[in-house]
Amino acid sequence: MEEFVQHLINGISLGSIYGLVAIGYTMVYGILKLINFAHGDVYMMSTFFGFYFARWLGFAYAPSVIGALIVLFLAMAACALLGFTIERFAYRPLRKMPRLNLLITAIGVSLLLENGGQILFGADPKFFPELIARAELLHIGNISISNFQVIVIVVSLSFMALLQYIIFHTKTGKAMQAVSFHHENASLMGIDIDRIISFTFVLGSALAAAAGILVGLAYPRIDPLMGVLFGLKAFVAAVLGGIGSVPGAIVGALIMGLSEEMVVGYFSSTYRDALAFFLLIIILLVKPTGLFGKTTSEKV
Amino acid sequence: MKHFKLISYTLFAFIFIFSFTHCTKKEDKNIIKIGEYGSLTGSEATFGTSTHNGIMLAMDAFNNQGGLNGKKLKVITVDDQGKPEEAASAVTKLITSDKVVALLGEVASSRSLAGAPIAQRYKIPMVTPSSTNPKVTQVGDYIFRTCFIDPFQGQVMANFATRTLKAKKVAVLRDVKSDYSVGLAEFFTKTFEGNGGKVVADLSYTAGDIDFKAQLTAIRSKNVDTIFVPGYYTEVGLIARQAKELGVKVPLLGGDGWDSERLTEIAGTALDNSFFSNHYTSESQDPRVLEFVEKYKKVYGSVPDGLAAMGYDAALVLIDALKRAPNQTPKEIRDALAETKNFQAVTGVISFNNNRDAEKAAVVLEVKNKQFKFVETVNP
Repeated sequence: MEEFVQHLINGISLGSIYGLVAIGYTMVYGILKLINFAHGDVYMMSTFFGFYFARWLGFAYAPSVIGALIVLFLAMAACALLGFTIERFAYRPLRKMPRLNLLITAIGVSLLLENGGQILFGADPKFFPELIARAELLHIGNISISNFQVIVIVVSLSFMALLQYIIFHTKTGKAMQAVSFHHENASLMGIDIDRIISFTFVLGSALAAAAGILVGLAYPRIDPLMGVLFGLKAFVAAVLGGIGSVPGAIVGALIMGLSEEMVVGYFSSTYRDALAFFLLIIILLVKPTGLFGKTTSEKV
Repeated sequence: MKHFKLISYTLFAFIFIFSFTHCTKKEDKNIIKIGEYGSLTGSEATFGTSTHNGIMLAMDAFNNQGGLNGKKLKVITVDDQGKPEEAASAVTKLITSDKVVALLGEVASSRSLAGAPIAQRYKIPMVTPSSTNPKVTQVGDYIFRTCFIDPFQGQVMANFATRTLKAKKVAVLRDVKSDYSVGLAEFFTKTFEGNGGKVVADLSYTAGDIDFKAQLTAIRSKNVDTIFVPGYYTEVGLIARQAKELGVKVPLLGGDGWDSERLTEIAGTALDNSFFSNHYTSESQDPRVLEFVEKYKKVYGSVPDGLAAMGYDAALVLIDALKRAPNQTPKEIRDALAETKNFQAVTGVISFNNNRDAEKAAVVLEVKNKQFKFVETVNP
């Protein structure tokens, strides 16, 4: 029982990181109907931004909560800028083109970031500085919860709550919803589509950056290719929950994190990644739109 | 403008042709080419760079003393990024396009196993400094190694667990993608169970994973005395860290794949009171080791790890064989290597047995305060 509860805690903390990245996939898809393959690499870039900020500002050598927060916000700002740039220069010029062109461009941007990262940062893994001292918060019987796990869950949940608030309770959020329903109609209502799409990328990239810094804290091994598999899994989580739906992405990510943890804990680590894709196939067979996805009928 | 373009192209073409003729003229006569392949980047980057440093230390010293009858040794190094498929193409390139007469490499057994069949096919002798999986030299009669093999290393750590740690129940956590890790885990299990102990959990991970909490949680519930983690330093560091986060307090045990300063950089103090087997210790008072450590420090400014010492030794053994091969053809070098007997090297006395493996002593090191401290020497 204790073992099961521990697996549960580990799984939720892993899943909530997937969630932050999955939201970025789902938001961009909801608005542009584009699978932004570069998103996983934006997440990777954030860990390197964090790595260098922490070194330059000297937080890498003296762990403190303030330092960690500053690094977190700087990395989020840098990634927001990166997301904005990618949209402005790679995707916007192609928006009127067939969707396949956009998709291939997304793959191109992803390759550019991965290989550019290898040239810039080197291909060998770096070790993310310990920004916060590790400590055990709670110990009941055999169940232990570390401060990292709590930080990961709390930070992810608060960003997700903030996002829900932005989407449903602000003007920009309502504009985002409108754009996701219909581009032309939204622009007829006086919504600046370009601005809203830029904002979506900025928001998604900042959340991916938050995920990157949390991963850097909890699993301090970063390398320029770390975004590939992680991004893929977050994408699967988004599809699982129903791509285009933010709550769906979060639920999908938690399912992914938990199932991975349980498979490794009770069966074998060999099936760790296989299970994620197996789940995806099953869910798509039973409910092709994903758990929370809406079926939209094609109108003539 | 057009003229300018034409002129610059012609100039480039000339430079290109000249540089080629220049190269070929200079090379053939007084240079013996030796290929080296290693992981200079990637997850096991320190393995490749340390080994390379060791090799170059030996080669440069030899060349500075005049080389081999006036001929200089030239090492051509190719980075395989820590990937077996890259190792295979590196070896092919070194043999077919650089035309090396002998090969040095790799550290990791999986990558040596990718390169060795190619060396064997082209009949180019290959000396691996520190691949410990028995399968490596079984590839063929052109493959040699200057280190001990995993059946011995596994036995050393199993006996250490039984005798020194008085362990009865252990868990094994192996990297399923690595021939080295899988082999070492099996040899450890065999000896440990032979000693009357019990392996109560045998779990696995894959190189590149970052989350090991699931495996460690499963291990924790079994109340083991120690965990054997025969992996490479990047993952071992993360495993140690997460074990501590989960409140696992037993010592970890491992093999020579732990030997890197990066290990404690990742793990922090989480690995204190853990042990691993290695080829040598820089704390040794042997005059050969003292001399080597001093020379290495002078050139590279750091204390050499085991892989640097192994690279140095492999290069020395190869140089020794080159001296005994009259025309330095691959076949002669192979035969000279096979005859190596009682060669005094930094990490011990090297003689090749019938399997072309060196039989050498192993040392057990303890991780203490981010340093590797010598515990004991175990003879084969």
